[in-house]
Amino acid sequence: MKAESANWVGTIWITVGLLVLWQAAYLIVGDLALRSPLQTVAFAYELLRKPSFAPHLVETGKAFAAALAIATAMGLVIGITLGLSKPAGEVFEPMLVALYSIPKVTLYPILLLMFGLGISAKIAFGALHGFIPVALFTINAVRNVKPIYLKTGRVMRLGRAAMVAKVVFPAAVPEIFTGLRIGFSLTMIGTVLGEMFASQKGLGHLLMNAIGLHNVDLIMAITLMLVVFAAGMSSVLLMIDRRLHRRV
Amino acid sequence: MSEQHDLTAHVGLRGVTKVFRGADGAPSVHALGPIDLDLRRGEFFAVVGPSGCGKSTLLEVLAGLSQVSEGNVLIEGKPVGGDIMDGVGVVFQEDACLPWLTVYDNIAFGLMQTDTSRAEIATRVESALTMTGLSGFAGSYPAQLSGGMRQRVCIARTLVLQPRLILLDEPFGALDQQTRLLMGEELLRLWRATGATIFLITHALDEAAMLADRIGIMSARPGRLLEILETGWSRDRDSRLVETAEFGAVTARLWQVLRGESMKSINRDGARA
Amino acid sequence: MSRIGLFRTLVIVGLVGLIEVLCRTGVIDNFTMPPPSRIAKDLQHIVVTGKFNAAIAKTLSSAAIAFAAAVVAGIVAGVLFHSTPRLRRALDPIFATYYAIPVLAFYPLLIIIFGLGDVPKIIIAFMLGVVAVILNTLNGLDRVPPVLAKTARVARLGRVGTALKVTLPSAAPYVLTGVKFAVAYALIGIIGSEFVMSTDGVGFEIAFAYNNFDNATMYPLILLVMIVSIAVNLVLTFWEKRLLIRRGLR
Repeated sequence: MKAESANWVGTIWITVGLLVLWQAAYLIVGDLALRSPLQTVAFAYELLRKPSFAPHLVETGKAFAAALAIATAMGLVIGITLGLSKPAGEVFEPMLVALYSIPKVTLYPILLLMFGLGISAKIAFGALHGFIPVALFTINAVRNVKPIYLKTGRVMRLGRAAMVAKVVFPAAVPEIFTGLRIGFSLTMIGTVLGEMFASQKGLGHLLMNAIGLHNVDLIMAITLMLVVFAAGMSSVLLMIDRRLHRRV
Repeated sequence: MSEQHDLTAHVGLRGVTKVFRGADGAPSVHALGPIDLDLRRGEFFAVVGPSGCGKSTLLEVLAGLSQVSEGNVLIEGKPVGGDIMDGVGVVFQEDACLPWLTVYDNIAFGLMQTDTSRAEIATRVESALTMTGLSGFAGSYPAQLSGGMRQRVCIARTLVLQPRLILLDEPFGALDQQTRLLMGEELLRLWRATGATIFLITHALDEAAMLADRIGIMSARPGRLLEILETGWSRDRDSRLVETAEFGAVTARLWQVLRGESMKSINRDGARA
Repeated sequence: MSRIGLFRTLVIVGLVGLIEVLCRTGVIDNFTMPPPSRIAKDLQHIVVTGKFNAAIAKTLSSAAIAFAAAVVAGIVAGVLFHSTPRLRRALDPIFATYYAIPVLAFYPLLIIIFGLGDVPKIIIAFMLGVVAVILNTLNGLDRVPPVLAKTARVARLGRVGTALKVTLPSAAPYVLTGVKFAVAYALIGIIGSEFVMSTDGVGFEIAFAYNNFDNATMYPLILLVMIVSIAVNLVLTFWEKRLLIRRGLR
């Protein structure tokens, strides 16, 4: 964390500046390809009240929630297991890192062939994106637990299960949470991406459909919703993250 | 091979030796021993020695955190294996407070692992808080405390387990000189109040001279006991002891024995670096 | 090979072998996935015939443009933000949440504005990569020892001279980390966009093959993408490590 304090006034000015740029771009490009910020917000509000929109929102929400749950559980189990065992960690960690850096989009057709065109494929794809950062951060967090805490646990005669539950996990929580925060974002990216490629429901599907219909209102409103939701949630998680790290 | 144990002693070490096997062809290091030593029940025993002489290894062996290569250790007549014995408490030099728990929960940490009742835990923690002067800080987190207070939390955490033998590895090593003197005084008070046997590792000669009934002086690596010095202090001593001539004599004797050993140790470290 | 490396190879070989057996015994039907040996043979065929060379060239050239733009803009912006701390502190919260945003969600909008061509893809890949370069450049500049800045002043270097001759070289290992990310993101951005909606490129060919149930094309191309991106990453990681070791940072 940086010693200098944040410049929130500056941040607000930059945000305002971006909105002004948006408005200016609208004035230059015109109605054919863009909407103004105000129009976009108004249309997003309309959209949220439309009954026909709700099923798509619910579909994406459900897929995202399920993917996040799977990503978290998988990431924690893999991360703690690999973090506690040095050889297993050394064997599998580089594989996770490699998986992290490849364009996973191209794997989506394989998931579609395995799960069929439906919510399961999206969930699997979201989880595939999300579990990696959770696992990687958990591995490091568990590895970096100060040896003195483990010694203390031994002196207090903790068994293996109690050691994980009472010492390793709580000591690693701040780092694990950072992994969860990034996992949250990547799960969302994966879920939406899956919907954009092939899906019959959900926000990503609507977004791609709108290109064909040249529905600029819909594209801008949904993009705005996704960005606002992602940025908002990420800010909240980041705040919690920083609080957890301040403890030590 | 080893001699007969003195069964009246609280702790007995016979021929205790520790050799660290080098990994992948690196040479083995003979770190410790052989050491023969008996600790009397209720005494305050300190160990001083040059750096790298195996003091901490000796404590880890006693604690059951490390296995001996040769010889054996008996605590209350039972051999120490790879596990922590009943009635043994350990305080480390490093800050071992768990930062995610309050002072209260840190102190209760060990007790929670036993089947002690909630009420009993509360009573014991309260009394340990009072004894260590932490009463007002039960709800604080370690990050809000000074180094000296955090070390008190670690001592209190050990005390609530009501150990009969307390092992301390340089517990005041990270504190400033004045805080150390006062913490030493406090430790003496706790020792009198609990009646436990204390085994203290330190590199500070004055600390050993002020606190201990007997002081074991260790040689450079491999650490052996060169001499055991009886201080002859009364049980109700405190830090004002440092003003006396006898205190000076004890410290002087410690340095007389240790000077040569420390030089060996420094020259060896210098040659290695 | 080290024991860990050997074991890792065994795990991978075992996994591939297991899939091979599952495919051959029909547990995984060939409509879902052909056996790995078949995929390798198909890939060999694709490489030899050069059937997709145009698509591969398209993808790589688009990625190269996005990558170069991201690195240049990222380093320039990094130096600029570092020299104006107030601006930087204002940008910090925006950078912190940047990678939470699904950048590819902007793709439809970019298609509407620029038409379905190379520009939207390159913008997406650029957007993904540039912030990684900025953040790592800032991190590297933060770690430049103050004594080097003093040395530059003693040598009477100007602002630009100091940046080019002292601070950036000193920050190079960290900048390289950003460059490494930019490569990965350029590939992810281009292939991802091609995959979602496009008329050419490797990503498009994979999507096209999927829609036509053409596993003999889809699987080898997926394998090709994996191999290329993992290879590129290994090379850059190796280079990064060597630079860090030479500087005594690892």
